[in-house]
Amino acid sequence: MFSRDSWKEIFETIQKNKLRTFLSGFTVALGILIFVSLVGLTNGLENTFNKFFSDDATNTFYIFPGRTSVPYKGYKSGRQIEFDNSDIADIEKNFDLFTEYVSPRIDRSGMVKYKNESNNYTTRGVSESYQFAEKTIMMKGRYLNREDIGNKTKYAVIGRLVEHDLFKQEDALGSYIDIAGSVFKVIGVFQDEAGDDEERRIYIPYTTRQLIEKNTDKINQIVIGFKPEIGYSGAMALDKSLDKFLRDKKFISPDDQNAFFVRNVADQLKQNQQFTSVLAFIGGGIALGTLFAGIIGISNIMVFVVKERTKELGIRKALGATPKAVISSILLESVFITTISGIFGMIVGIAILSSLGEKLEDYFITDPYINTGLAMFATLILIFFGAIAGYIPARQAAKIKPIVALRDE
Amino acid sequence: MIEIKDLHKSYKMGSNSLHVLKGLNCSIAEGELVAIMGSSGSGKSTLLNILGMLDELDSGSYTLDGVPIKNLNETKAANYRNKFLGFVFQSFNLINYKNAMENVALPLYYQRMPRKEREKKALEYLERVGLKEWATHLPSELSGGQKQRVAIARAMAAEPKVLLADEPTGALDSQTSLEVMELIQKINDEGNTILIVTHENDIAHMCKRIVHLKDGVIVEDKKVKQVRAVANV
Repeated sequence: MFSRDSWKEIFETIQKNKLRTFLSGFTVALGILIFVSLVGLTNGLENTFNKFFSDDATNTFYIFPGRTSVPYKGYKSGRQIEFDNSDIADIEKNFDLFTEYVSPRIDRSGMVKYKNESNNYTTRGVSESYQFAEKTIMMKGRYLNREDIGNKTKYAVIGRLVEHDLFKQEDALGSYIDIAGSVFKVIGVFQDEAGDDEERRIYIPYTTRQLIEKNTDKINQIVIGFKPEIGYSGAMALDKSLDKFLRDKKFISPDDQNAFFVRNVADQLKQNQQFTSVLAFIGGGIALGTLFAGIIGISNIMVFVVKERTKELGIRKALGATPKAVISSILLESVFITTISGIFGMIVGIAILSSLGEKLEDYFITDPYINTGLAMFATLILIFFGAIAGYIPARQAAKIKPIVALRDE
Repeated sequence: MIEIKDLHKSYKMGSNSLHVLKGLNCSIAEGELVAIMGSSGSGKSTLLNILGMLDELDSGSYTLDGVPIKNLNETKAANYRNKFLGFVFQSFNLINYKNAMENVALPLYYQRMPRKEREKKALEYLERVGLKEWATHLPSELSGGQKQRVAIARAMAAEPKVLLADEPTGALDSQTSLEVMELIQKINDEGNTILIVTHENDIAHMCKRIVHLKDGVIVEDKKVKQVRAVANV
């Protein structure tokens, strides 16, 4: 059945029946191509959504103060909630087991000057651990450290674009800049994957910021990095107990939704992952449908091919072709064509996907790709069903009496 | 060589049954050239199809070269056809995408003969029918007479016990018919057993024996003096 001679016979048949070969090959190649592209684009969509989160650490809570909306324990509603240094210390003390770091965040926007250049930037007062929350990457110099925080140094870490704007070609390291009237020494330049907006920021010790603002101990927001090993459920539990802790400490009603807000990055990520997995499910469903349509297409063509060859098969049977020989020749031919064109479609699809790269980023598709194993599996499925689709009419053709087949015009 | 006894065959046509062959008895020896004659509907093609194992008999017996032919499954029938029988059809039935040599070599392919050997043999048989120069031509590039000669070469290439020809000259003009009959006579002279179904008297008289069928029974079975076919060149 697999002798060189029968392959040669099949090659000849394929070569001399180009239209038929083309039709079945095209159907299979197109089916696989569309399958690979669809799955790939869905993956690209998923990539984009994941990327939205990849520039910041995902094991992070952001706590923003608000205004109470429910009177509680003698306090009127409408009270502004404020955080101060003692909150940081308390959280560190009470949740030490679960947290990696706790950092305040004080944002101020103001004019920043260097020589004749000036611009408006957000200056963010933070502690040294804030680097982990933003995944800030140092290009040169260093980030703020514990001593800077303790000594309330007038050091600034500036974004890549701040250096670009203010210093032009000059090296900013060691230079002094004027931030809203105070002079800071530039000790580092950073970049951030999130892009322009984040790279136009300046980090200074939050203690320095508090000193400038009349030695206050108020802070804007609290950023908490929890230990990744506590997992998603641990994060949700931590979220809950933090919430309770803050309500107790600040005398906030358990029903008050506006007193402060917790942005749980892990939870958001989870929700987005659910969203993208629904997208992937839909995309996968359509891709599967395409595959199915391809199978039906190849089945149709095989029925047509066998019908077209009925007389020829009759002649072959009259000359001594056994039913097995008839079936195997049709089957081998179809499997051969579907294999070659299936692999061809798969390779073209993968090539298209990898050539796309970031070209479709405007349409939320980044680095589309398909798992090679999945692509191979889909191709195999199509080949397998192509073979079944060929086998059924081939078996019927082999059953037709040669006398009937010969009469077929 | 061929022995049939009380051969019956009927076809179902809806609720009616059409009795085509009504108890035929016939014996054909090796080396005979037999014409089966009859008007259309007399059952001559049905007889040939049964003899060729393209169709099955209902009752009676059929022995080919001492082998009883009955209850064959498709695979066995195919092997017997390949080993015992060569077919020549009215409409040639060449495979149109294979050239003359490949057509002739096809039965040898099903005998699992190696490619080199069967191409050599195919060319040999094409030479015997005078078409060696046409070996690489497709059937569409051949005339009717040439096609039939390729078909005869194909039937003979497997060296069958019996050559069965169904109206071999039916689609040919009289001149070409003579050429084909000349070839058939030549093959018969070499000792091959040949059965020809025809409704043409002159073709029948180029055989050595005429079996006349009418309404499913043999009405006449006689030896005749063979008229040699000489193509007027």
